[in-house]
Amino acid sequence: MRALLIVCLWSLAASQAAIAAEAAPAAADPQLEARVMALSNELRCLVCQNQSLADSNAELAVDLRNQVREKMKQGMTEREIVDYMVARYGDFVLYRPPMKGSTLVLWFGPLILLVVGLAVLFRRLAARRAPEPELTESERARAAALLAPEDRADSR
Amino acid sequence: MSAETVQKAPALSRFLLLGAFAALVALLAVGLTLNPREVPSPLIDKPAPPFELPQLHDRTKTFSPADMRGQVWLFNVWASWCASCRDEHPVLVELARSGAVPIYGLNYKDQRDAGLAWLKQFGDPYRLSAFDAKGAVGIDYGVYGVPETYLIDKRGVIRYKRIGVLTPEIVQTKVLPLVDKLQKE
Repeated sequence: MRALLIVCLWSLAASQAAIAAEAAPAAADPQLEARVMALSNELRCLVCQNQSLADSNAELAVDLRNQVREKMKQGMTEREIVDYMVARYGDFVLYRPPMKGSTLVLWFGPLILLVVGLAVLFRRLAARRAPEPELTESERARAAALLAPEDRADSR
Repeated sequence: MSAETVQKAPALSRFLLLGAFAALVALLAVGLTLNPREVPSPLIDKPAPPFELPQLHDRTKTFSPADMRGQVWLFNVWASWCASCRDEHPVLVELARSGAVPIYGLNYKDQRDAGLAWLKQFGDPYRLSAFDAKGAVGIDYGVYGVPETYLIDKRGVIRYKRIGVLTPEIVQTKVLPLVDKLQKE
């Protein structure tokens, strides 16, 4: 019984060591890790393309985060690291699409469509509420004549 | 007959609206033909990033793109753990047999033994393979999914990148004509 207890305690301790080994790089420099995560939030995972580099667990994401960490340790600025990534993967690696000539449609397209749609809608509504056109005397008489026998007509 | 007068929009306005709708449909139709997962490479027409890696078969030797100056060559990224690489491998073996263009491999994030065993099993179309254990060279080349293939010209400039499996059709319609053109440069 005692041997069993010792084995259990030992394996618990050993497993703690294993967990500690994995967490060591993160715990070593919390400020660096914070910077790495902040920049990773601005980069896109190219495998799970809807996730940021910070969120993704894909192998490439782990590799790229390590690259970011290495470059930061070497003293590169955030700007330089972003340029490094864009040089290799293109604008798509930026999680937030850059504001460029080619992305203006992406950024403003939906807004413009909404504004145009609303404009068309309001014009239609305004037109519908427009006052009825004025009728001349003869037109008024003709209208009355047409409308009068309506209850006898079988036009429905 | 409704008592409410419905104003018919003037012909021009309806025409414009229809035109705008047609334009939107055209835009979406084009979008449907595009592959959203494909990330176009910014390295096209840029020099192939330099590196020096040990070779897969002979770890005492190294390989560098500088060794290939003056030749047009295909650089194929592969791995033993990559299922799609098996799909394209017969295409590469056939291409190597035809001798149209030399093929060099980049064994990406693999184990040496696994890589060698895979080549033995499926055939080796490569003059040699560079061994990129950590994937650092892959990152330099913008590799995000295996397999990927680069066509590099005599001056060491990347002229074409194929993301994904190389099909016989792509080889016939894109790769071989470009190889022809580059070899005449």
